[in-house]
Amino acid sequence: MTNTGAKRRDFIESLIKSVLIFAAFISVLTTFGILYSIIFESVHFFQRESFVDFLFGTQWNPDTAFLSGAARDTSDVASAQFGAVPIFAGTFYITFIAMLVAVPIGVFSAVYMSEYASTKVRNTIKPTLEVLAGIPTVVYGFFAAITVAPFLVDLFATFGMEASYRSALGAGVVMGIMIIPIISSLSDDVISSVPNNMKNGALALGMNKAETIKFVVLPSAMPGIIAAVLLGVSRALGETMIVVMAASLRPNLTMNPLEDMTTVTVKIVEALVGDQEFDSSLTLSAFALGLVLFVVTLCINIVSIITIRRYHKKYKISNL
Amino acid sequence: METKINKNNNFYIPQIEKRNKQAKRFRLYALSAVVLSLSFLAFFLFDIIKAGIPAFTQSVVKIEITIDEETANNPYGILERDMSRLVSRAWLRSFPKEIDAHPEWIGTTQTFWALLNAEADQYLKGAQNKLKENQKSKLDALLQEGLIERKFNATFFFTGDSKIPENAGFYAAIIGSVLTMLVTMALAVPIGVMTAIYLEEFAPDNRFTQFIEININNLAAIPSILFGLLGLAIFINFFGVPRSSPLAGGMTLALMSLPIIIVSSKAALKSVPASIRQAGYALGLTKWQVTKDHVLPLAFPGVLTGSIIALAQAMGETAPLIIVGMIAFVPDPVTSFTSAATVMPAQIFTWSGMPERAYIEKTAAGIMVLLTVLISLNTIAVILRKKFEVKW
Repeated sequence: MTNTGAKRRDFIESLIKSVLIFAAFISVLTTFGILYSIIFESVHFFQRESFVDFLFGTQWNPDTAFLSGAARDTSDVASAQFGAVPIFAGTFYITFIAMLVAVPIGVFSAVYMSEYASTKVRNTIKPTLEVLAGIPTVVYGFFAAITVAPFLVDLFATFGMEASYRSALGAGVVMGIMIIPIISSLSDDVISSVPNNMKNGALALGMNKAETIKFVVLPSAMPGIIAAVLLGVSRALGETMIVVMAASLRPNLTMNPLEDMTTVTVKIVEALVGDQEFDSSLTLSAFALGLVLFVVTLCINIVSIITIRRYHKKYKISNL
Repeated sequence: METKINKNNNFYIPQIEKRNKQAKRFRLYALSAVVLSLSFLAFFLFDIIKAGIPAFTQSVVKIEITIDEETANNPYGILERDMSRLVSRAWLRSFPKEIDAHPEWIGTTQTFWALLNAEADQYLKGAQNKLKENQKSKLDALLQEGLIERKFNATFFFTGDSKIPENAGFYAAIIGSVLTMLVTMALAVPIGVMTAIYLEEFAPDNRFTQFIEININNLAAIPSILFGLLGLAIFINFFGVPRSSPLAGGMTLALMSLPIIIVSSKAALKSVPASIRQAGYALGLTKWQVTKDHVLPLAFPGVLTGSIIALAQAMGETAPLIIVGMIAFVPDPVTSFTSAATVMPAQIFTWSGMPERAYIEKTAAGIMVLLTVLISLNTIAVILRKKFEVKW
C-alpha cells in the first residue's frame, strides 16, 4: 500500500469519526433545544406576570389576557391572573389516583410473574401486559371518556353521589391502567434479579414462600421498585391525551375526586391549540407550565435512573 | 405443601396454620393482580371492538329518480321531503357529478342505492339518534319492503375527514401518518444508528461520553408534550417550517424516537462478539472498515427491530403533534410534506370531540385500524428478532 493511500484512509477515518460525533451530539442538542425553547418563552412570560403569583397564586383567570394580545384597551377589565396552584394540585391529585391503581396491581403482578408463575406462563403474561404499554394514549383517552366516565357517574349516582363526567377519578383510574405495565415490567426485572441464595437462606430458616417474598425479596428489591414507581409517576405527570380527553379544563382546588380537575398538560394544550397571538400571556403561560413540568420530571427521572443503576451495580446485573 | 399437619406432632406450633393461610392469601393477591390487569386489557379491547364494528357497514336505501335537466342544478330537491331528510346530504351533493358522467340518464328514471344519513344509520343500527317518530316508522316501512340494505363502508377507507358524519373517512389520516413517518424514520434511523456506532465502537470512556449516555436515558423519559413545545418554538417559529405539516410533525417525532433507536442499536452492536472485530484488525482493516463491513451487517437485524418498535411508538403519539398543529381539518389526503395534514391518532382525537353520536363508532373504528397497524408492526419486530437471532 502506498503512503498516499494510507493518508487518504486516515483522512476518511477521521472524517467519519467527526460525522458520528456530530450525530451523537444531536441528542444533546435536543435536550438543550427543549430547555432553550421553554426557558426563552418562560422568561417572556415572567417579564409580564409575577413569578411568585404564578407559583403560589390560587386564581387562574387568563381570560382577559387575549385582549392585551390583541392590542385592545384593557384598562376597564379585571387583569388576568396566572396562579397555577390549582393546576399543580390537579396534576398531582390525578397522578396520585393513578398510582393508587398502578402501584399495588403492578407490584403484585410482578411478584406473581417472577416468584410464582412458571417460566412458560411468565413468558406469555409479560408480553401480553406489555401490549397495554403499547396502546396509544389517545385510545386510553377515548376509553376513559366514553366508557369509564359514564360508568363512574352511574355507579356513584346509585349511592346518591354526584360525579362529574370529567372527574379526576375517571382520568386517574385509566391513567393507572396505562402505567401498570411500566411498573410491573421493571419491578419484575428487579425482583427476578434478587440472588437465589438469599431466598434459599430464608426458606432454610423455615419461612414459607410468602414470608420469604415479604421479608427478604421485596425489601432487597425495594430500591428498584421505588425507581420503577418513580418512572411511573413521571409518566403520569407528563401524560397528556388521557387528561385532555377525560379531565376538565377548569382549574379546581378540591379534595373531592368526583369533581372535575385540570392538569398542567391540559392547560398547555388548551393554550397552544387556539388561534390566539403567539405573543399573548396565555400562549406564553404554556411554556411556563412546561418549564415546571420539565424541572419536576427531570428531577424524578434522574433520581430514578441513579437508583436503578446503583441497584444493578449492587447485584452485578449487566443489562443496564 | 398441602399435606395435613399432624397436631400431635411434637414440633407442632399452632401458628403454623395461620402462617400458611397468610401465605395462601398472599399468593391469591398476586394472582388476582395479574388476572385484574389482563382482564383490563381484555375488556378494553372488547369495548373498543364492540363500539367500532358498526362503523364498517353503512345503510343504503333503494330510490328511483327521474332525471331531467333540473336535477343537476338542484340535487337537494330531487327527493320528496320526508325522504330527503333521511338521505345523506353528501350523497345528494355528489349527484350532479354522477349525471355529468352519465349524460344518457337525462330523461330516464334510474334506480340508485342512496346513502342514508348518520341519524338514520344510527337508528337502523339500534343506537341513539335524533330521528322523529314518523321518520322512524318510515325507515321501518322501508326496511320491511326490503329497500334498505347494509353495505361495506368503503367511504371510511377511501375519503378524508368530513363535517357530515356518514361521509367522514380515515384515508387522509392514513396518508398523513405515512408521510409523517417517512420524515421521522428518514431522520431518526440514520442519526440514531450513527450515534449508537459512535458510542459503542468509537467513543472513549470519558466524561463527555457518559454525559451523552445519561442525556439519552433522560431524553427517553421526558414527557412527549415537551417535544411538541420544542417543535413549536424551534422548528416552526425559528426555522419557519410550515405549521401542521408532515415535515414539522415528522421532525418532532424523530427527536422523540432517537433514544429508542439509539438504545436498541447499541444493544445490537454490543451483541456482536469482539472476536469478529479482532479478526478484522488482524487483517489490517481500520476501525470504520471493521464497523461498516463486519459489525454493522451482523447487528442489522437488531437495528431493524429497534427501528420498527420506535416507528410503532411514534405512530401512536398524539400530544406533540397537537402542539405543532396537526389536528387540522383535512378533507383531502395530503400530497406534499409541507401542506397541512392530520395523522391517525390526531384524527381519532378530533372525532372523539365531535358532538354527533355517529362519530363515536368512527372513532372506535379508527382506533381499530391504528391498533391493527401497531400490533402488526410489533409482531413483525418480534418475528424478525426470532428469525435473525444469532447465538454466538
